Amino acid sequence: MLEIRNLHAKVAETEILRGIDLTVNAGEVHAVMGPNGSGKSTLAHVLSGRENYQVTGGEVIYEGKNLLKMAPEERAREGIFLAFQYPVEIPGVNTTYFLKAALNAVRKHRGIEELDAMDFLALIKEKMKVVEMDQELLNRPVNEGFSGGEKKRNEIFQMAVLDPKLAILDETDSGLDIDALRVVANGVNVLRSKERAMIVITHYQRLLSYIVPDFVHVLFDGRIVKSGDKQLALELEDKGYGWIEAQIQKAQPAANS
Amino acid sequence: MAGSKRRSRRPNRRRTAKGHAAVTMSIPEAKNVYQDHFSQAEKDWAHNGQAWSRKIREAAMSRFAELGFPTVREEEWKYTNVGPIAKIPFRPARYEIDSSISDLAARLTLGMPEAIRIVFVNGYYSAELSSLRRLPQGMKVSSLAAAIRQEAGWVESHLARHAGYQDHAFVALNTALMKDGAFVFFPEGSIVKEPIHLLFISTAGKGATVSHPRNLIVIGKGSEGTIVESYAGLEDEVYFTNAVTEIVLEEGAVGEHYKLQRESRRAFHIATLQACQDRSSSFSSHSIALGGALVRNEVNAVLDGEGGQCALNGLYLAGGEQHVDNHTRIDHVKPHCTSRELYKGVLDGKSRGVFNGKIYVHPSAWKSDARQTNKNLLLSQDAWVDTKPQLEIYNNDVKCSHGSTIGQLDQDSIFYLRSRGIGVEVARDLLTYAFAGDVISRLRVEAIRAQMDKLLIAKFQRDSQAKDGI
Repeated sequence: MLEIRNLHAKVAETEILRGIDLTVNAGEVHAVMGPNGSGKSTLAHVLSGRENYQVTGGEVIYEGKNLLKMAPEERAREGIFLAFQYPVEIPGVNTTYFLKAALNAVRKHRGIEELDAMDFLALIKEKMKVVEMDQELLNRPVNEGFSGGEKKRNEIFQMAVLDPKLAILDETDSGLDIDALRVVANGVNVLRSKERAMIVITHYQRLLSYIVPDFVHVLFDGRIVKSGDKQLALELEDKGYGWIEAQIQKAQPAANS
Repeated sequence: MAGSKRRSRRPNRRRTAKGHAAVTMSIPEAKNVYQDHFSQAEKDWAHNGQAWSRKIREAAMSRFAELGFPTVREEEWKYTNVGPIAKIPFRPARYEIDSSISDLAARLTLGMPEAIRIVFVNGYYSAELSSLRRLPQGMKVSSLAAAIRQEAGWVESHLARHAGYQDHAFVALNTALMKDGAFVFFPEGSIVKEPIHLLFISTAGKGATVSHPRNLIVIGKGSEGTIVESYAGLEDEVYFTNAVTEIVLEEGAVGEHYKLQRESRRAFHIATLQACQDRSSSFSSHSIALGGALVRNEVNAVLDGEGGQCALNGLYLAGGEQHVDNHTRIDHVKPHCTSRELYKGVLDGKSRGVFNGKIYVHPSAWKSDARQTNKNLLLSQDAWVDTKPQLEIYNNDVKCSHGSTIGQLDQDSIFYLRSRGIGVEVARDLLTYAFAGDVISRLRVEAIRAQMDKLLIAKFQRDSQAKDGI
């Protein structure tokens, strides 16, 4: 489904991604872990088409197409969903209106009939259950005045509504207490399917006890330096990111001299 | 505590409104043109024998002769050059009606086809387009010219007593040359929920014309009334509307005033709304400016009785080469009055916006509570806005604040919407609409709110279907 080859990207003249290789197939859940500044969020933003990130090398093939050539909205319509680390508050734009516009843009692109108000409400009622979303929030402007937990739930709720093929969860666990984390993780688990792939970006192993990944990758200094299964996450939790750093230095003693 | 902000990416420059009639005059000649208009009109007034109104007109005319047209050297006109108005030899507008005008009138119902409506064409009352049946008991809606004839004493006690012409050339000109306008009276204790629509349609016909609509609205003691004043013109015609509205709120009155300005793209529109509020009255003004090439819209409220409240809201949307200037002044004269003000501007193309909001707290106005906000959204690199909040406070037991912002659409918000599949153009439109919608949501009359909503959606989403029937 997704093939990232030797991806390089920079933000304001600083190279952040320095050769990422990653293959994700339908039905798989990949965790990308790494210390602060390793490039995790940059990877998420580059995949979703954020403008301030400049791709300087490599390629990303999504379902046989060049992803990097697509506008952000095109990527979304093609089935890519980014759950934001910091969801944006949009005063004056009603949540329901926004979701309906988004869903119908996606459906139109996929050649499915657009939903009318009645069918749309029926659909969101159903999807609200996924993250125990409070209906009252739907009448408010997008994310405005939402608590941290409500914002993250809203992200997963939107994911449930838009039904993406590839979901990228950017530090969805950050700032959540354990109860909110359980609700959000449970929502994500409900949405796991054979057709859908997920990239779960996180700093901590904690989330991965709830969303159990098929693969774990460690991102360090703009590269994936280690990959494994869920055991790798536990090992990291035990030994810390310093352990990875030490391993890299051992492997490349000449690089620093 | 006065300060001003200006914003554009281009260096400072002066621009005059474009696309007007080719014949221009020097400014001293312009004054003579209006003197001629006055002499012509004097003959008509000779018949109706209103000594008091002639006196006012003469005083106003001589005041105009002294003042002349304002220039950008005057603080109050610093950002608005009325040179283009002064240079065109406008002719007095005449009552002309044809199918294009009656069609326009038929469309401009503001979603209230059954409403009580008084229509003026080129400043003259049009009985055939007006609909004054079903007036509530005791209520009066008529042309001002008729009211001057029929209720002289009564009109005399209010007309030109509130909108000062001593310091304002355009108010002076209007006062000197006013021909007609609406007279609306809500008698004591009347609660009228239904809005009264005053519609002004202009058409230049064969050459640039000027009209001076003059309205007098009195909301009696303990009464409630809603007035909608709307201005429109035929596309692309050059004319000049110079309007003055005086609105008097007696003790405990509740008045709501809507102004919808949709003049032709080449029109000049200068207007003053002057509200005078007695004790415990409540006034709200919603001023929506969409049309015109060069527009100056003044809204002034005098809180002249204890416990009065006023809310001035405004929305100005400009594009192309439009110049839209909003001037407001709130006088806190008596204690315990509250004022709230929210003006928002959306400026696209090479348009220019001005907001100047003065709050003047008099020494006698203890416990004044005033809050003013002006927010501007620039949609293009060539759009420009000058915003100048001014607080003048001569009492130290008050609560006053003001704030103004100038910004562009938030990039994070645009990306968020796009990341959900919403196209970039739609995302921008949606955010612009949301910015403006804040003012629209304050409109209390549902029909008008719905119409404004439609109008905004049409404007921002380029959906031509929604433009009809508003």
